[in-house]
Amino acid sequence: MSSTTEGTKYKVIGTRPVRHDGADKVTGRAVYGADLRLSGMVRGRILRSPHAHARIKSIDTSAAEQLPGVLAVATRNDLPNLKDKIANLGEGAVNLAHLSANVLAHDKALYKGHAVAAVAAINNHVAEEALALIKVDYEPLPAVMDLTEAMRDGAPLLHDDVHTNSMGKKSEKPSNISTHIHFETGDVDDAFAKADVIVEREFRTASVHQGYIEPHVATALWNADGHLTVWCATQGSFTARQQTSELLQIPVSRVTVVPCEIGGGFGGKIAVYLEPVAAILSRKCGRPVQLVMNRDEVFEGTGPTPGSATRVKLGATNDGKLVAGEAWLAYDAGAFPGGMIGPGCMCVFSCYEFPNARVDGYDVLVNKPKTQAYRAPGATQAAFACETVIDELAERLGVDPIEFRLNNAAKEGTRRVDGPVYPRVGLVETLEAARNSEHWKTPLEGPHRGRGIASGYWFNIGLKSSAAANVNPDGTVSLIEGSTDIGGTRASIAMQLAETLGIRAEDVKPRVADTDGVGYTDVTGGSRVTFATGMAAHEVGLDIQRQMTERAAALWECDVESVEVEGNTYKANGNSITFAELAGKLGQTGGPVVGRAAVDPQGSSHGFGTHLVDVEVDPDTAKVTILRYTAIQDVGTAIHPAYVEGQMQGGAVQGIGWALNEEYFFDDQGHMQNASYLDYRMPTSLDVPMIDTIIVEVPNPAHPFGVRGVGETPIIAPPAAIANAIHGATGVRMHELPMSPPRLWAQMNKNGS
Amino acid sequence: MAKKTHVTTTINGQQVEFLCEARQSLLEVLRDVLHLTGSKEGCNNGNCGACTVLLDGLPVDSCLVLGVEVEAAEITTIEGVAQDSCLHPIQQCFLEDAALQCGVCTPGFIMTAKALLDRDPNPSEEEIRFQLAGNLCRCTGYDKIVRAVQDAGQIMGNQRGATSAAAQANGSRASKAKARAGSK
Amino acid sequence: MARVFIPAQWRDLSGGTADVQLEGATVAQIIDALDARFPGMAARARDEDGIAAGLAVSIDDVITSRGLRAKVAADSEVHFLPAIGGG
Ligand code: FES
Ligand code: FES
Repeated sequence: MSSTTEGTKYKVIGTRPVRHDGADKVTGRAVYGADLRLSGMVRGRILRSPHAHARIKSIDTSAAEQLPGVLAVATRNDLPNLKDKIANLGEGAVNLAHLSANVLAHDKALYKGHAVAAVAAINNHVAEEALALIKVDYEPLPAVMDLTEAMRDGAPLLHDDVHTNSMGKKSEKPSNISTHIHFETGDVDDAFAKADVIVEREFRTASVHQGYIEPHVATALWNADGHLTVWCATQGSFTARQQTSELLQIPVSRVTVVPCEIGGGFGGKIAVYLEPVAAILSRKCGRPVQLVMNRDEVFEGTGPTPGSATRVKLGATNDGKLVAGEAWLAYDAGAFPGGMIGPGCMCVFSCYEFPNARVDGYDVLVNKPKTQAYRAPGATQAAFACETVIDELAERLGVDPIEFRLNNAAKEGTRRVDGPVYPRVGLVETLEAARNSEHWKTPLEGPHRGRGIASGYWFNIGLKSSAAANVNPDGTVSLIEGSTDIGGTRASIAMQLAETLGIRAEDVKPRVADTDGVGYTDVTGGSRVTFATGMAAHEVGLDIQRQMTERAAALWECDVESVEVEGNTYKANGNSITFAELAGKLGQTGGPVVGRAAVDPQGSSHGFGTHLVDVEVDPDTAKVTILRYTAIQDVGTAIHPAYVEGQMQGGAVQGIGWALNEEYFFDDQGHMQNASYLDYRMPTSLDVPMIDTIIVEVPNPAHPFGVRGVGETPIIAPPAAIANAIHGATGVRMHELPMSPPRLWAQMNKNGS
Repeated sequence: MAKKTHVTTTINGQQVEFLCEARQSLLEVLRDVLHLTGSKEGCNNGNCGACTVLLDGLPVDSCLVLGVEVEAAEITTIEGVAQDSCLHPIQQCFLEDAALQCGVCTPGFIMTAKALLDRDPNPSEEEIRFQLAGNLCRCTGYDKIVRAVQDAGQIMGNQRGATSAAAQANGSRASKAKARAGSK
Repeated sequence: MARVFIPAQWRDLSGGTADVQLEGATVAQIIDALDARFPGMAARARDEDGIAAGLAVSIDDVITSRGLRAKVAADSEVHFLPAIGGG
């Protein structure tokens, strides 16, 4: 299915070795957060608000504290008061007062499921009994769930200290609109006036959850010496350390975060929820405390990604050129200001060349859980709108949808609507690969069937990564890095070190260290690990190679300059020695060799993808069946093609779920009605076909092996591609997600098709 | 404190005794009482399959079984699938086919796949998807999991195809598994 | 001189001007030059800790993490953008 680097200039890159942590993960031995068992460990549970919006007048924990088996109870009173302090978490700033109030509600509960108090007890059952004994006096307040409602003057205010921030300019009155972003380039009104065809549509998308199978978990031990150790399922141990230390106002040097194996994150396991609470409970009872969420707590208490209301208007000339674009985007932030509207605004028109465009974006507070990133955060909602209108525009112009996209595709030199100019990028190549694919060339036959296409863009970020490695006497190398491995990154990082040293992937033994065992490393997110931590591994390799060259010179008593390296062989003056042989002689040539690197690559690696889908729509029930699916993506260079395909397939299926089924249902009180996997219907194996992949490789000039980052882009295109396919099958254009049977049925019958 | 019941059962071929409260699920007993943490909890209400174990050869969500119900039963958990430090073909194929990303769903999938392939090593793709539909995976999109099950089935079918005498003589893992399943 | 793009939301201070040529070898100097030309802009671009929270600076399509100290070349393009994270 894939055309990759396999069999080209690299020896290790492009091959498919078994992952280093594989045996542990197929035998049940890998230790995930909830598998940790510590001597004397007790369990904790969290009490959550039954109201979507309420003032918390008092909390009485005395009865709970009296229950036999209860060891500690924590409330807002146990958290330091943090006045609007802003902390930079590497991946964007966060208001610590808000973070603290999300971890345990302060003066108000802002969504149903908001954590209010916590109990540690000898087991979960006792802890749960104790929760029932905590008396909270709530004064219920009117809740606002709908983001367009929340934007109106006079809507119930969530925070009286949040003012609209318009790129540094603050509104005078408090508002549920926490951010307004506006981009404008060219003369938009004039361009629309000159356009031959204009299409303008409004869209809505529901709140959806990342859906990782492992619930949030944290275990904390506040030791007698005042040192705090936290074992948790986090995408970034250093970020978790920083948040925990800031929220508890203790120095980072007193906090160690040990990342356990993690059962999925997708952006939802960056912010802390349980870590500081477990720490407080442990401080109070002097024992390790483990907190694990139930599934309904995950849905009701942790980050869905924003629901949205959007409007996109595009104008083109009869010769198929886009001349003007206008987008209005409102994303719900949940209970605290969010961060997804910025990228939403920057991604809505990022696939095309727009000489004239205007974008307005709003981040809107509503009484839902604080939204969190979810794979290319903000891009999917925007692409659903833009790519649907692009499709309709192509149809109106009578142009093939791939042709139309190619005519207007962003490429090297294109100025983005938010300003910067693209370097070499691969959108055109993915569109050409789509056009040349078996899938596109095979006609789709049969009634009620349609084919759709859509493209998507995500930045992919760099950020900081550290790594170190020790050369072992048998020629293997132990690699220590700090990126929690969510999808096989130990392998993709180790492979880059192996390639650099000319050794086998199996000869590198990667280990993910805790925050005291490795240099600072940012989160596993932003599609950055294989890119940035891989870059660190490459530099570690160069550092080792330099030292090994010196050792070879010492061995042969020659100049370092005369030693040449070819793959795994060091040569000088007719002498030759392999890396492994030389590794065996380190004792005689100066002792251990340790390589190290810390990198902070700047900028984005620009990931573009194009997806093709065939659907069949049941004319009676409006159920959509995915018949065939092809995900195409420019990945720069595929280090481990199997895991690259896996990212593309997994992202596509999450996108299919977002497109067809997944949504939060709230009743008129703002209570989620479907907080279980049974009712929040994620795709099962029976809902999807095999997902074909076409890996396009346009090497990234800013990475030694050309890596671009892969993980996020694949979720962006599916909803629009499926909407476009549904149009082909039914004649109906869907403007709301999910395109579930009731919604689609209503549209099909309204249009009389 | 709730009263505890004494239970005797067989787990991964070994007789095991434990005490449990009436309200404790088999999953809780496995993880918290017996420290077999390979079975995962994704939902605790029968919707994700991460806790799948074989109960008398059939896959069950262990979060929906009470600890006190397994008296005199025969249970296989993920910890009992590899034999003699050798991975089972399903485990091997999951690794070779990159059928796991985060891996938290993997134990459950392997148990469900084992129940299926022990019964029929050559199921259709549709049959595999149907049987696995009670196991959720959020990372892989299922493609590589289905392929791994297909590939494992082929190996298990071949192993079974060898004459049963030879298979028993060389102690093939698949035939042992079959013998165990057949003994129910 | 660097070409500095003025965000649409700051053009109330620039009388609608969308981009200017400014002298400056670092982001700090660029912001000072911007503020000298269009008073009030520094207050939007900066807070006590450096670049204002929620804001990112892109120099030649590279979002910098070096903040006010980031180097700007004579022919650079500078943009002020909303900060992004990732999933
Ligand atoms: S934990 Fe048992 S089915 Fe999810
Ligand atoms: S591999 Fe992560 S849930 Fe399946």
